[in-house]
Amino acid sequence: MKKLLLIPYALWMLIFVVFPLLLMAAYSFIDLSGNITLNNYASFFSSNYIQMTLSSFWYAFLITLFTLIVSYPLALALNATKRKTIWLLIIILPTWINLLLKTYAFIGIFGKNGILNDIFAVFNIDEIQLLFSDTAFIIVSVYIFLPFMLLPLFNAISGIDNNLLNAAKDLGATRVQVFSKIILPLTADGIKAGIQVVFIPSLSLFMITRLITGNKVITLGTAIEQQFLTNENWGMGSTIGIFLVIFMLLIMVITSGKSDNRVMKL
Amino acid sequence: MKTFITLIILPLAIGLLLLVSTNFTDDADSSSNNTIHVYNWGEYIDPELLDKFYEETGIKVIYETFDSNEAMMVKVNQGGTNYDVVFPSEYAVEKMIKDDMLMPIDYEQLNNDDNIDPDIIERLAPGLSDYTVPYFYGTVGILYNEEAVSDLDLTTWNTLWDDDLENDILMIDGAREAIGMSLNSMGQSLNETDRDVLNSAQQKLFELAPNIRGVVGDEISSMMAEDEASLAVVWSGMAKDTMAENENLNYIVPDEGSNLWFDGMAIPKNANNPEGAHRFIDFLLEEEIAATNTEWVGYSTPNEAALAMMDDDTQNDERFYPDEAALDSLEMYRDLGSEMISYYNELFLEFKMKLD
Repeated sequence: MKKLLLIPYALWMLIFVVFPLLLMAAYSFIDLSGNITLNNYASFFSSNYIQMTLSSFWYAFLITLFTLIVSYPLALALNATKRKTIWLLIIILPTWINLLLKTYAFIGIFGKNGILNDIFAVFNIDEIQLLFSDTAFIIVSVYIFLPFMLLPLFNAISGIDNNLLNAAKDLGATRVQVFSKIILPLTADGIKAGIQVVFIPSLSLFMITRLITGNKVITLGTAIEQQFLTNENWGMGSTIGIFLVIFMLLIMVITSGKSDNRVMKL
Repeated sequence: MKTFITLIILPLAIGLLLLVSTNFTDDADSSSNNTIHVYNWGEYIDPELLDKFYEETGIKVIYETFDSNEAMMVKVNQGGTNYDVVFPSEYAVEKMIKDDMLMPIDYEQLNNDDNIDPDIIERLAPGLSDYTVPYFYGTVGILYNEEAVSDLDLTTWNTLWDDDLENDILMIDGAREAIGMSLNSMGQSLNETDRDVLNSAQQKLFELAPNIRGVVGDEISSMMAEDEASLAVVWSGMAKDTMAENENLNYIVPDEGSNLWFDGMAIPKNANNPEGAHRFIDFLLEEEIAATNTEWVGYSTPNEAALAMMDDDTQNDERFYPDEAALDSLEMYRDLGSEMISYYNELFLEFKMKLD
């Protein structure tokens, strides 16, 4: 019976995951006129795509880093509040709003005559041009990915047994030691999960790059969109997709290495 | 276990039933001649006209929208829905003819096709009017804030390279438009296929990079309305919409020439109801209908009779209804083939990567 229950999911995976991946792999060997070719792979190693890959990784790294820096203390603070779930809900709430809508809202905030500059004007601060800058891109992305980083961190932190912390304090551990020897190791899995769910999608962001940076930030996502929708070069688009899948698998492997509970070794 | 199975079976059964029932309604609709599927750009028809068409002819319009020629062609090609009327741009019409996706327009079935300005039809690529009837047309030009750039001479594209415009230009996110503008500024054709000339057009675009504030899509409209930049390279239709929102904006097509584009009405080869499609096209060509529609959409109509019905200010507005001489300086995009289009896009992508 249990095996029978697996069938729908296996079918689902087959139709919506395995089959499309195979299709993508097949397309990646086809050129513009429908002939079989390896040229798509060769052109991926041209300077343009290498540069785009590097810039995708760099921005994904920055986004993940800042999301983590913002989320970790937030998760700790949340865990200390009385009504955890309500606070959590408030922070998760924006994920119910469409991504594009949120991005458009930021155009209004960051614009030359946007809300931010209006506020600055009240305090006599010089006008800044945040829209179309890297900084704006990072801010918007961090805002969008924050809940996804926060959830696994919050789960990990709220799962820590208070007795462990108390025991450490009793035995004379300083606050820094409690954090570095107990909290941090016990939340390592949460951090890894958070990094995965943020880093991987941010590698292929594309709409935000156009709306917020005016295409001044070009990522692999932009290139895929252009290959499929403008050039109608499904082969090249698929090839870039294949490389993204490979990059993502690599990241999965790196971040999901054997989890060791170092607390046990203390 | 029993409840478990009911929980699985019940939704499945309901789903199947719904699926089967939609099949019935679809069948009833498309087998008879009282529906047509229309596939158009967003915000590109006065919605009341669809009801009016139903009142007049008893044909129900099932209306869907797309946001790029490429997306439209993919959808028409892959079937699923058999569209009866689509609205491709000129180069897309050319491509669709090459790919054998369109059926010729049967002018016998149209009564109002004489309303179209013959001068516009003459400017189409040869053979295009066999497959399409012009719907709206326009140009590519500069939308500018009169207060901000009052001392600049915008009758030439080369002014865009002026140092005063640092970080102050918004550019439409289109390879043909951007490379084309650079080609125009060099006095070259928009349909250039010589790679050396294209490369030097790209080099010239690189020099424009410091002046570019951003390369964006339809958002340019709201950004210019909010004074985000002093100047933008846009399509005339978008310019007109935006000018209605911000009084300080004006539109100009530089003298070196630019692109003349049009969107046409066409009938895909796999249309279910070609007769209904012809009636719909004829309906939109009718002068009063076309005039109402033009007022709603705001783009330039090729429909002479409809234009004659509109107010003098619209008729005499040379920014949107250029005279003979101005039209002569403009050029339509030709379909350059997918290889060349890819090259244009590659050059444009490299330009975007140079932006900082």
